[in-house]
Amino acid sequence: MNVQVAALLGQDGLTNGAIYALLSLSILLVFTVTRILLIPLGEFVTFGALTMAAIQTGKPLALEWLLAALMLIDIALDVYSRRDRTVSRKQYQMIALKAAYLAVVLFVTQTFTLSELPMLAQSILTLCLIVPMGPIMYRLFFQPLADAAPLVLLIVSIAVHVAMVGIGLLLFGPEGGHTKPFSNSMLQISNIFIKSQALWVIFSALFLILALFFAFERTLYGKALRAAAVNQVGARLLGISPVFAGKATFALAAFIGCASGILIAPITTLYYDSGFVISLKGFVGAIIGGLASYPIAAFGAVVVGLIEAFSMFWASSYKEIIVFTLIIPFLIWRSMKASHVEDE
Amino acid sequence: MSLKSRFLLLGCLLSSMSAPSFAEIKVGVISSSTGPIALVGIPQKNSIPLLPKEAAGESITYIPLNDSSDPTATVKAFKKLIDEEKVDAIIGPSGSGNAMGVIQFAAESGTPMLAPVGTAAVVLPMTEQKKWVFKTTQNDDLIASALVDHMKRTGVKTLGLIGTADPFGENWSKVMKKLASDNNIEIVANESFQRQDTSITGQSLKLLLASPDAVLIAAPGSSSVLPQTTLKSTGYQGQIYQTHGAALDPFLKLGGDAVEGTILAASLMLVLDQAPETPSKAIATKYVEDYQSLYNKKPATFGGNVFDAGLLLETAIPTALKTAKPGTPEFRAALRDALESTTELSGTQGVYNITPEDHSGFDERGRVLITVKNGKWQLLEE
Repeated sequence: MNVQVAALLGQDGLTNGAIYALLSLSILLVFTVTRILLIPLGEFVTFGALTMAAIQTGKPLALEWLLAALMLIDIALDVYSRRDRTVSRKQYQMIALKAAYLAVVLFVTQTFTLSELPMLAQSILTLCLIVPMGPIMYRLFFQPLADAAPLVLLIVSIAVHVAMVGIGLLLFGPEGGHTKPFSNSMLQISNIFIKSQALWVIFSALFLILALFFAFERTLYGKALRAAAVNQVGARLLGISPVFAGKATFALAAFIGCASGILIAPITTLYYDSGFVISLKGFVGAIIGGLASYPIAAFGAVVVGLIEAFSMFWASSYKEIIVFTLIIPFLIWRSMKASHVEDE
Repeated sequence: MSLKSRFLLLGCLLSSMSAPSFAEIKVGVISSSTGPIALVGIPQKNSIPLLPKEAAGESITYIPLNDSSDPTATVKAFKKLIDEEKVDAIIGPSGSGNAMGVIQFAAESGTPMLAPVGTAAVVLPMTEQKKWVFKTTQNDDLIASALVDHMKRTGVKTLGLIGTADPFGENWSKVMKKLASDNNIEIVANESFQRQDTSITGQSLKLLLASPDAVLIAAPGSSSVLPQTTLKSTGYQGQIYQTHGAALDPFLKLGGDAVEGTILAASLMLVLDQAPETPSKAIATKYVEDYQSLYNKKPATFGGNVFDAGLLLETAIPTALKTAKPGTPEFRAALRDALESTTELSGTQGVYNITPEDHSGFDERGRVLITVKNGKWQLLEE
């Protein structure tokens, strides 16, 4: 092992670690606000990556129809739940807005030759297709049992994950995909090469993390979400809707997942079922943070990425074992340190 | 008497009235059209409508089942086919591990099983149980010997290996270790990775540091691409070899420039238009055309393995019909014997000469050396 190898491995570890950090933050966010362990987060990553790949290779997209179906169910439920109450003007506007959004997305995907769009437009389109699925997923599967025990929510979460993997196979096929890099250049600092795509990933992740930080510290909606995370009942008393909090966190999680997918799609091959292992590593980060602390979770996730990169070099056959064994000392340390509070 | 058995009785009565052709041949097909090995299973499932519809005047019915890549589900599907459907033969399953788990049930019930799986372990070493298993793919060592021959000719002295941490990669590592030492090629690095890994930088660097003359990547399907793109981007200059696992069109699409110049050995299905005129070529061409007209895309070679299983059955059934009626244990035993004496049968994957010792039955006519040139498969002249 020399400096160059260490630098390459470190670079690789930081790139993956940045993605794991993003994912661990969204797992944490969703968990603290809704008590749901978001297992299907990984599927947002693969859906994002594979949609980009499908757009770039000019394969016909099928995802917009999934979105259309989900949105129509969502609208139908909205209408149905209001049937015997007076409907406020705002609610009508909301339904009209959703229908208009769907129409615009369908119009764009059907009229343009997607593979010829600039990459930024492709990324935005991918986000537009996938992010709305987050809140709809919350609305359809979790909102009706928002008050259930965490175990029930976990089981539903696993069910949604399994269903999404199946849908992923149906939509994208088993071949796996990867996309064109944002830029192909290499940076050279003395005799160490740095891939510019790796910098893209690291800086985008940093930017997203900082944006999240400011959103939660400085904006009203961010503060509302934090309040819901600290104490659901108290937040409710102060007029913060738990439904809104749930939908907003799911939208954020879907956005982060999908963006992570778009970021790593150029440097790896993702399959319809790759998401689980990726989000599991984000989960290890979240566990290191005790499912409570954001900075420790992000730091832990980066450590996971680095350990993964170096264990890949020294003992490739035992890589996963090493990474997932990490969780045990942290669990022991956590359980010795924390005064145990029975959670429901 | 349960309702089900009444129906069965009624069915028997009705069918005996419409004699003489009362017995139809039933063949179960188990494929993994969902789950991790769907890449292999989907073209196999899609090939079922192309299988022979009749043999020696008897119609053949195919009963397709999906095991979703899960070995437990394979066993269930297998038992269902044997106990409830009383099939005469079974084609499948798609996965090597899945196939290993059902061999004993094939042997217990005396049902011939035609496995379109990669690993030679299903037929080697031959045992009393594996007598019932036939394998419609080339053994790894047949493909490997073609690659090693090429390495020897081009003066490769040191070789790096990287394979998936599954039966496919491990068997290749085993086969290559033996072949390489027989041919004075030193294996200087042997790495493994998982199909779903998002990064293989560590393994690639280790290969790079060992600086072998050539690297062999042994991975099934699209997972064979990432090691190669990573090796290229870390600056590896030597020759890269791939196995027949990479012999799929997505390999070219995903790999792009990085897979240019790769050498692999596989069946001639990839380079049909350049292959010499052989009976196999005609059969493979027809299969590919039929598949294309049904599904509007080219089949992966995995589909051809199932199609060949159908051809083997079509050839063996007339002989077996002389001794017994379909649906009886005697027929299944006769079918097994007939399959075992298949000689010079051309399929899409090569020419079958099955003997009691060799239940795969391929020789070097089954594989060709292929390279990638200008983003297309190209036959490599030997």
